[in-house]
Amino acid sequence: MDAILLQILNGLDKGSAYALIALGLTLIFGTLGVVNFAHGALFMIGAFCAVTLQKLMNLSFVTLDETQTDFLGNPLKVETPYVEAWFGPEVGATIIDWSVPLAILFAIPIMLLVGYVMERGLIKHFYKRPHADQILVTFGLAIVLQEIVKYFFGANPIQTPPPDALSGSVDLGTMIGFDPNAIIYPIWRLVYFGFAVAIIGAVFSFLQFTTFGMVVRAGMADRETVGLLGINIDRRFTIMFGIAAAVAGLAGVMYGPLNPPNYHMGMDFLVLSFVVVVVGGMGSLPGAVLAGFLLGILESFASTTWATTTIPGINQIIIYLVAIIVLLTRPRGLMGRKGVMEE
Amino acid sequence: MLGLNKKDTSLLIIVGILTLLAPFILNPFPSDSAMAQFNAGYPDLMQRFVIFGIFAIGFNILFGLTGYLSFGHAAFLGVGSYSAVWMFKLLSYNVIPAIALSVVVAGLFSLLIGFVSLRRSGIYFSILTLAFAQMSFALAYSVLSNPKFNLTNGETGLQVYADDPQILQGANAPDLPHLFGLPMRATYTLDVGAWSFDFNAGYYLCAVVMMVVFYLAIRIFRSPFGMMLRAVKSNQQRMNYTGLNSKPYTLAAFVISGMYAGLAGGLMAAMDPLAGAERMQWTASGEVVLMTILGGTGTLIGPVLGAGFIKYFENIFSKINDNVLHSWFAFLPDGLEDAVVFLIHPFIGKGWHLTLGILFMLVVIYLPGGLVEGGQRLMKWFKRKKSGTDDAPSGKTEPAE
Amino acid sequence: MAILRVKDVSKRFGGLKALTDVNLNVEENSVHAIIGPNGAGKSTLLNCLVGKLMPDTGSVLFDNNSVLGLEPYQINQMGISRVFQTPEIFGELTVMENMLIPIFAMRDGAFRMHAYETIANEKDIVEQAEAMLEEMNMADKREMHAASLSRGDKRRLEIGMCLSQNPRLLLLDEPTAGMARADTNNTIDLLKQIKDERDITIAIIEHDMHVVFSLAERITVLAQGTPLVEDTPENIRGNPKVREAYLGEAA
Repeated sequence: MDAILLQILNGLDKGSAYALIALGLTLIFGTLGVVNFAHGALFMIGAFCAVTLQKLMNLSFVTLDETQTDFLGNPLKVETPYVEAWFGPEVGATIIDWSVPLAILFAIPIMLLVGYVMERGLIKHFYKRPHADQILVTFGLAIVLQEIVKYFFGANPIQTPPPDALSGSVDLGTMIGFDPNAIIYPIWRLVYFGFAVAIIGAVFSFLQFTTFGMVVRAGMADRETVGLLGINIDRRFTIMFGIAAAVAGLAGVMYGPLNPPNYHMGMDFLVLSFVVVVVGGMGSLPGAVLAGFLLGILESFASTTWATTTIPGINQIIIYLVAIIVLLTRPRGLMGRKGVMEE
Repeated sequence: MLGLNKKDTSLLIIVGILTLLAPFILNPFPSDSAMAQFNAGYPDLMQRFVIFGIFAIGFNILFGLTGYLSFGHAAFLGVGSYSAVWMFKLLSYNVIPAIALSVVVAGLFSLLIGFVSLRRSGIYFSILTLAFAQMSFALAYSVLSNPKFNLTNGETGLQVYADDPQILQGANAPDLPHLFGLPMRATYTLDVGAWSFDFNAGYYLCAVVMMVVFYLAIRIFRSPFGMMLRAVKSNQQRMNYTGLNSKPYTLAAFVISGMYAGLAGGLMAAMDPLAGAERMQWTASGEVVLMTILGGTGTLIGPVLGAGFIKYFENIFSKINDNVLHSWFAFLPDGLEDAVVFLIHPFIGKGWHLTLGILFMLVVIYLPGGLVEGGQRLMKWFKRKKSGTDDAPSGKTEPAE
Repeated sequence: MAILRVKDVSKRFGGLKALTDVNLNVEENSVHAIIGPNGAGKSTLLNCLVGKLMPDTGSVLFDNNSVLGLEPYQINQMGISRVFQTPEIFGELTVMENMLIPIFAMRDGAFRMHAYETIANEKDIVEQAEAMLEEMNMADKREMHAASLSRGDKRRLEIGMCLSQNPRLLLLDEPTAGMARADTNNTIDLLKQIKDERDITIAIIEHDMHVVFSLAERITVLAQGTPLVEDTPENIRGNPKVREAYLGEAA
């Protein structure tokens, strides 16, 4: 029982990332009717927002400390980050320590802007072009974005540690009545899961309870009718693209501590997120979220020693296998609607 | 000639002459001059030109004619390579059985994948092929490489070892891929003055194969079957209401293009007897998509041009470094020179992918017909310049070549 | 003799009854029009005839063979050709190629791997296609892309493509919808000519009364998913029930 629970928990962090990326992909599919192969790049840019903020926070100036000497007998060079000089050593150190969560504030405007520029500058011109063209141009954009990041940050993964207070693990098992040490779980994974749930909740309530969201949902169901009502649906769709970009970006910001970001992390997640969208059902937001978590958890179960000894490498292919089976038995996915992306 | 019309025959002949004379054409600079780094006439690169040309020609039969965008064609290339290396391991280093098997196995594999993927169309089809290819990659990389059952040799890549059976390998046969005794690596170097030209057996084998499959592709394009494939792209509804079943047509195109990919994979292994899983990764599938689009989707010569273009510039761009740039722009004042080099720097050397990505986006946005369309536009522009201003656009539209 | 028999066909979508007990016979070599106000079930009925929809109950017999559950290409092979509301042609292909495809389909069936043959060598087929283009007065447009034709020419081409297969039944779905008056009249003339010169049954679903009364020999009026009356054009014109159905819609 505790073993099963542990695997479910282990699947939550990847599942959260899948769900968030798939959610954004579906928003873009559903509203703009565009297949966005650059969505993984948005996730990656988000992660590098955290990297950038961390680097900025660590910018330092050098002073000479005459009271100490290094091994050559010269005065010791001391690096002091600017934030520590400005806000005092303690506050400064805390800011540096918390740079990943702080990057959320930094990333939101950047991601909204990136999304806005992408939609107005490029995607807009592809609404009327075939899906193949949309795939191709966003695929090209994804390459460009990841090469730019590679140019500035290099090809190696960059460590983005979580705040001290949120690193380490907790013994979840004892909290819910299992034996001690049965379920040891890293705190940041819990944070990530909670964060993902909060974002998903926010997006859904935004769509459910605001007039803006209602119009967007109506537009997803039937664009022409909404257009006939004289509502400027395009403007709203631009904003939705920005929101989708922000969701992907935030998923990336917080993902850094789980897996050090590198320039091709976006592509790695994109392929799987597409599969998630297809399994969930194109155009279905709940489907995307459900399938994201389901496949994340499934992957975690397939990674157990029991599974990998029975079928070697099953963890590598399980998601694709499931996707293929789902597509062949339920062509519309788990929760897909009729008529979405069916030509 | 050969059942082709005049235009196609001349195209075939031109391509034939160019491939035949490639060792000369690609080495225009004396071998010890500063420009020698722009020579592309060495065997390894020339082989890649034609092998990727074959891959792209095949991909174009599917994507260019039927409009089905497969994001998983590298899987067939990889399967072809593995089959060829297995043939080397089991039979002998002769490339003929190896290449034959790679085509057959890739054909069967694409029949299986195509049968499943083609139950959906549009974006679903693209994602299904992507999923299949990534699955094949994972299978090759880890699943099918374990002590009990080692089909792919995982990370190391499949290669021939001394204790492999090689039952037909004669005592005197070369210990590397050969065609009835002629090693693929055999190269004759011709020195003419300051120039030097390499004639490589492997390249010429690939070139001959490419000419044959290019000819077959022309036949397919001009056949009733090819017309039906274009009908699939144009209007499946009308096609089905005309008494035609579009499914087997698309599947046939898928299998043909899979066999072309397998052939390319087999040739790759014949040039260098090693097969690795990374050949099946989806970035490799993306590359053939880039080649086809860049050259000109649905055109005969486009994919070959695209493959050559990408492989040439990949090679050249990665060689240009800041020193080279400085020597080029030395005529500028120092400050300006540094600025220019600074601006160009991100796009060269390791930045080649950035250049490629930008180029690709520009092509998709502004030049959907690729290099071929660009060439046609230039020609028209020149003609108009020549004939003056009274050249009103004629009503007759040229059928797409 | 009736070539197409629709017997007790019903179809519902969820709670909505689209068709209720539709019975309809189309006589061989006649022109039969099906009219009715919007939402009367005309499109649903048509989709049941061509295999796109499966009725809940009832049967559709063409020449005494059931067409239900067949794929569109199989229905075409039985001798039914369909003309769509917006012309469905191969836009990226030339007019000539558009005409070649149905003739190839007639000879070679649903699929044939003729990948190594050359179109120019298929003399018979090329000749038939040329003759058909001639008949449609489109010979001068043979090298144009079909997408660049005018609306009226697209319709002509589509009808020509259907006729080139010598169908026994030609189904037309609002063939003049969205057309200018001149194009509409041309289409009517073309259909009259086809009716006079060929042994063919034409079933036409139409909204435009001008078209219906110019062509039809029998008219079925559909209202709320069920046939109201079936009669000759003269009798339909004076029928109070029909007026009511149409006026009721207008009010």
